[in-house]
Amino acid sequence: MSADETATPLFQGSSWNFDTLQRTHEVIEAIARDELGMDPYPTRLEVVSSEQMLDAYASTGMPLNYPHWSFGKRFAQQEMLYRKGFQQLALEIVINSDPSLCYIMEDNTMAAQATVIAHAAIGHNHFFRHNEVFRAWTEADTVLDELRHARSFVMDCEERHGRPAVEEVLDAAHALFAHGVDRNRRAKHPDPAETRARLADRRRAARDEAAELWLRTVPHRAVDTAADAEADERRAMGLPEENILMFLEHHAPLLAEWQRELLRIVRWFSTYFEPQRQTKLMNEGCATWTHFEIMTRLRDKGLIADGAYLEFLDLHSMVVAQPQFDQKGYSGLNPYALGFAMMRDIVRICTEPTEEDTAWFPDIAGNDAPMETLRHAWAEFRDESFVRQYLSPKVIRDWRLFQLVDDRAAPDFRVGAIHDDAGYREVRRALADQYDPAVLSPRIEVTGADLRGDRMLHLCHWVEDGQQLDPLEARRVLRHLRRLWGYDVSLVERDAATDAEMFTFRSDEI
Amino acid sequence: MTIVDRRQNPSGRNLGNRQRFLDRARSRLRQAVKDNIRARSITDTTSDERVVIPADDIQEPVFQRDAATGRRNGVLPGNREYRSGDTIPRPAGGGGGGGSKASEDGEGEDSFAFTLSRDEFLDLLFEDLALPDMLAKKLKAVETTRTRRAGYTTSGPATRLNMLRSLRRSLVRRAALHRPGSAAVEELERELARLEAGEIVPADGRDPQTRIAELREALDRAHRKRAAVPFLDPIDLRYNRTEPQPEPIAQAVMFCLMDVSASMDEDMKGLAKRFFMLLHLFLARHYEQVEVVFIRHTQRAEEVDEQTFFEGRQTGGTVVSTALEEMLKIAGQRYPAEDYNIYVAQASDGDNLSRDVETCTGLLTEKILPMVQYMAYVEIMPQRDRFGLTPRRESDLWQGYAPVADAHPRLAMRRIAEARDIFPVFRDLFRTEGASE
Repeated sequence: MSADETATPLFQGSSWNFDTLQRTHEVIEAIARDELGMDPYPTRLEVVSSEQMLDAYASTGMPLNYPHWSFGKRFAQQEMLYRKGFQQLALEIVINSDPSLCYIMEDNTMAAQATVIAHAAIGHNHFFRHNEVFRAWTEADTVLDELRHARSFVMDCEERHGRPAVEEVLDAAHALFAHGVDRNRRAKHPDPAETRARLADRRRAARDEAAELWLRTVPHRAVDTAADAEADERRAMGLPEENILMFLEHHAPLLAEWQRELLRIVRWFSTYFEPQRQTKLMNEGCATWTHFEIMTRLRDKGLIADGAYLEFLDLHSMVVAQPQFDQKGYSGLNPYALGFAMMRDIVRICTEPTEEDTAWFPDIAGNDAPMETLRHAWAEFRDESFVRQYLSPKVIRDWRLFQLVDDRAAPDFRVGAIHDDAGYREVRRALADQYDPAVLSPRIEVTGADLRGDRMLHLCHWVEDGQQLDPLEARRVLRHLRRLWGYDVSLVERDAATDAEMFTFRSDEI
Repeated sequence: MTIVDRRQNPSGRNLGNRQRFLDRARSRLRQAVKDNIRARSITDTTSDERVVIPADDIQEPVFQRDAATGRRNGVLPGNREYRSGDTIPRPAGGGGGGGSKASEDGEGEDSFAFTLSRDEFLDLLFEDLALPDMLAKKLKAVETTRTRRAGYTTSGPATRLNMLRSLRRSLVRRAALHRPGSAAVEELERELARLEAGEIVPADGRDPQTRIAELREALDRAHRKRAAVPFLDPIDLRYNRTEPQPEPIAQAVMFCLMDVSASMDEDMKGLAKRFFMLLHLFLARHYEQVEVVFIRHTQRAEEVDEQTFFEGRQTGGTVVSTALEEMLKIAGQRYPAEDYNIYVAQASDGDNLSRDVETCTGLLTEKILPMVQYMAYVEIMPQRDRFGLTPRRESDLWQGYAPVADAHPRLAMRRIAEARDIFPVFRDLFRTEGASE
């Protein structure tokens, strides 16, 4: 045992109080900053009861949120799962804001609280602050303001226009939630003053449009050719556009101002969650690696008792449990487990490289700077590129990863690459593809809006690998979409490789 | 770093959202309940209700890929025996395929199933119904409580001591601890006395003194045991527990009158039965205590129990007024109008002895309608008329009742031909607005 016998543990027993929380946090943060070189946002720990945790869950982990029935539905589901014992509550929730909010549950033991602090208040928090994706998409210091604005605006609208009218817009916007992100441009950071200016601009633009309409109807003016007009229109609307929510916000002909603002709010939420979608593996891996490292260092320094450390190990092994694909309870790769394994592996490559590692990772193998390497990875990558860059043959072997090809045209599944020399690269490529945001949700674009004709909105789904849309759900979403657009909507499915048309949905046929 | 204790903050931040969710489901639920009650037998309203509602209002659709199309590439952990190029049979029914393809009409086959408790079910069912004049009676009634027996307790005043229970427990305890009974002690004492007196000698030929010493020791042990294990220990004691029970705020009696003459066939009786059941359920929602009196009649009327009422067979003519008179008699004897809300539900096929109709209307206007809260007359149409094959002439009873009903809002009359007519008729009869004037 390398434990330093002279130090006194930070806490004894399982119960905690604010004093032990405070001291433990200080020690943990000191280790993180001084020994691991991590740099999280300042933290606010908020102690909540399990009921409140359940509440926070349902409002997608946000400290405050606008009212909507779907959160009630989620709450009812979560509550049922929790009460029937199918599911445990998360030990913590952390909000990506500055200062970061970290909810911890009062029922946790002190060992669990220490783990949670290391996991969330340090691990997640450092990741939020430094990861490129988060830095590009979210602005930590305005998160709480934006949430407050969303809540008060929605409630205000409900008062003015009635709950059904507001819900109609929100329901439709929620259906398009995944299509409210500017994947190609960096998210624009909202600013309250800018918001006001934007609303004023929009009104002015509407006035100008009306003026233009009047100009066009004056008989002396030369009429544009139909082709020119269409091209103009497409340019004006920035087509094709894959951010459907934004397109509707700007160009839907019949929406009122407040409806457009509701769309923007939902779009903001979608953008806020985008980095979390893209970095789930890394984020959880980083937090898990951090809590494991910090707790182990605490034990080595004699700052936590062996009993507490054992309790931590129990908790940790639960977090990183990964059932095999054919075992009961398998539900995909556990991001905590895979992230943790990969980060441990990076440390190993840096400090004790094998020949294989030297061949695969010449730039980091044996550089003896594991923390620097990890911090670099945490800052510069997202799940897809992280896997592509760092998944080593050893992890593939340890996990016995294999690629399974499911072609609905074939009668059976086919095993692709496995954990052998011929397969490492292919497995790595396939796994990285799985985390590609473009693969995660279907690629659907607005391709046209016949504003001079019947005003039908045209969408296109670029079908990859023959994966078409679920027709039932697609029709339902189209119904919502039609409500926002105000006129009929059509959705064409085209094969991305051959451009061949595969299927067409039309809202007027539903 | 700061620590904020939020535990004192109100939880249930989502109660508002939860309410919104229920509200949204509610309109669907109400519809489902309505559909439900039409189709199924009314006798099973006592169990929990599984109500399936279309998920349309509470679903959150998104564009998602259909698992039954295209090619997918997955990476899975835990390969043990597979080599590259192996094939694995597709699990039967797996892959999520099929299901969503089946319905392309856009309206979901998928729906959301709820289990409603009986109370929730009935609340939905009776949501916008209320009984006429109920409030008036309710206000008249004085709220009192009276004590009721409610099980046993280990403490209480001596007057409530329950001998039977206490002694039973004492017996159990004594048996368990092997406390010698007084009969056993007496037996020992008698033997000792006779030995000492020289009346008997031990049968096995031992010295009497040995036996005497043995007996003395046994007696001594028995006495000590009896002293140590009391006959009645405080832990044996059980008292009757009582609980204050609110006296029913308002009580109601419901008279079910039915014509069981030959002209009413089983089908028609079944319809009448459902109507009565629904009425009873409804009254049970609103009154803490509802008594039901079943009166069947042919050419004479009698009070019967529920089973006989619905299942018994009887033949004879039809004299409706006998049932009305019987009802008046019973009401007079047992259910004074100042203590009870009286409801009368009459089911008949409308046949009556023609000269009796006048007697009936006389009884109604002069005696019955002034004392009852409400009277519902349901005419069950015979089978052949349900399809309108024969032109239906107004029945004797209908003709007689119609003018009375016009004059008295407390009498309502409707016709029923099929099971699905019952609920609408029922709603009609007891519609909140319609009833008060």
